[in-house]
Amino acid sequence: MARLANWLRLAAMMVVSAMLAVTTFSAAAGVDLPKLEKGKGDKCVEDTQYMRKNHMDLLKHQRDDTMRRGIRTTKHSLKQCVECHASSNTGSVASSKEDFCAACHSYASVKLDCWDCHATKPGVKPIKQGSTGQTSNARSTLSSSPLLASGMNGGVK
Amino acid sequence: MNDTVENKVEERRNFLKTGAVVAAATVAPGVLMYGVAHSRAPEEAASGNVRWGMLIDSSKCGDGCNDCVTACNTENGLSGETGPQDTQYIRKLDIKDLRNGRVHSLPMLCQHCENPPCVDVCPTGASMKRADGIVLVDRHICIGCRYCMMACPYKARSFVHEPLTDQNPEVPRGKGCVESCTFCVQRVDRDENPACVDACNSNGHMAMLFGDLNDPQSPVSLAMQTQPSTEVRADLRLNTGVRYQGI
Ligand code: HEC
Ligand code: HEC
Ligand code: HEC
Repeated sequence: MARLANWLRLAAMMVVSAMLAVTTFSAAAGVDLPKLEKGKGDKCVEDTQYMRKNHMDLLKHQRDDTMRRGIRTTKHSLKQCVECHASSNTGSVASSKEDFCAACHSYASVKLDCWDCHATKPGVKPIKQGSTGQTSNARSTLSSSPLLASGMNGGVK
Repeated sequence: MNDTVENKVEERRNFLKTGAVVAAATVAPGVLMYGVAHSRAPEEAASGNVRWGMLIDSSKCGDGCNDCVTACNTENGLSGETGPQDTQYIRKLDIKDLRNGRVHSLPMLCQHCENPPCVDVCPTGASMKRADGIVLVDRHICIGCRYCMMACPYKARSFVHEPLTDQNPEVPRGKGCVESCTFCVQRVDRDENPACVDACNSNGHMAMLFGDLNDPQSPVSLAMQTQPSTEVRADLRLNTGVRYQGI
């Protein structure tokens, strides 16, 4: 019984330190760490720490599942990342250096080609049919240039 | 190797035989309209029990009508330009019978072959056929070599030469890759028809049917069982998933 209580105390301490670590990570602007806007909802699709480390593996797995096998689950879908992590400012995950994916990648000098093809802004659901001209106009005000996005992702060389 | 070719030929013979039998009952056009009645859960992979296919009645395909092409462009975010370097998933072709001058027009798109030459020649495995027969380019793997474009007898593929902006989030596309009609795979995977088929039907032309060729009860199979249909370049024995009537 006593041993269990000890375990619980240890677990509680670990949780607290983990929380501290998270706060310092996002609030330590002094150390020049990227400032990340919190995503929609209260948690990510997996544990936050796991996501920081492994999101690229989840995405590449999902990519092959969807592309080659037609599996359309949403949990690890790139479209969903964009839905939740689009900036409240630019509406995009990678059109300015402050946007979620770009901020961290620029800090870590990671360059993605994903935005050459994938939209960096969430889809506009009501737009379906309509004249081609109208739709592309509506989209151009809503999506950013993927060129800009990859440029920003690359950050300062 | 020889054995499988023999089998294919045999299969095709059987297919043509059934295609030639004209049954007395015709299916009302209203029944033909919505071909897709298949349900697959999001976590379930595409299955080899299904083979998606299309039947196009070019006699119902109006001269100068471009509705399928317009819908395709909107759905897939294509510019609608038709120059030699522009992407076209569907091309409207005018065909003339030189013996009697009869002219008619038909949509040409990826024929979603059972034995696709584009897949044969691809050096990276990017050109692929999904289990349910949809032929795709996995653009994550495509290196843009364009062998597949040369191998395709239907000229159905395009190469993206310039950077693109403002893509539809549902349809990622970008510079440096080959692309072609996907049967609107993003729609098919949620039980909808390809955009061209919906546009053709909802505008009242009823020239296009989409559905599962392996399901004898699907409207597209029923139509093929009751009316003659042709493969373009049947001599190549590609067993195309797109069939035509009236050509
Ligand atoms: C050359 C264009 C292109 C590039 C570059 C590209 N993709 Fe894709 N991606 C596609 C296409 C096309 C699909 C298929 C879309 C469909 O069928 O719905 C796709 C689908 C996906 C999917 C499944 C759909 C979804 O939203 O979950 C994931 C995940 C994905 N890509 C991840 C990535 C990642 C990560 C990168 C960058 C490392 C990337 N892609 C770069 C074209 C591209
Ligand atoms: C349902 C909305 C939602 C979806 C979908 C989502 N996220 Fe998140 N994500 C969040 C929230 C909320 C947080 C912040 C969690 C926290 O503060 O502990 C977060 C945190 C993260 C973090 C850690 C950020 C940091 O502070 O260091 C990463 C990395 C991340 N997400 C990547 C992704 C990727 C990649 C995807 C797509 C596979 C994705 N997320 C999908 C809501 C979402
Ligand atoms: C907490 C910081 C952080 C955030 C936030 C973040 N990433 Fe990353 N990402 C990284 C790091 C670091 C790497 C490189 C890891 C490596 O090279 O081992 C990476 C790599 C990737 C890769 C693999 C790149 C390649 O070429 O192999 C993809 C894809 C990716 N991230 C997608 C995203 C997307 C999409 C988002 C936004 C939803 C995002 N990331 C948000 C830190 C982050």
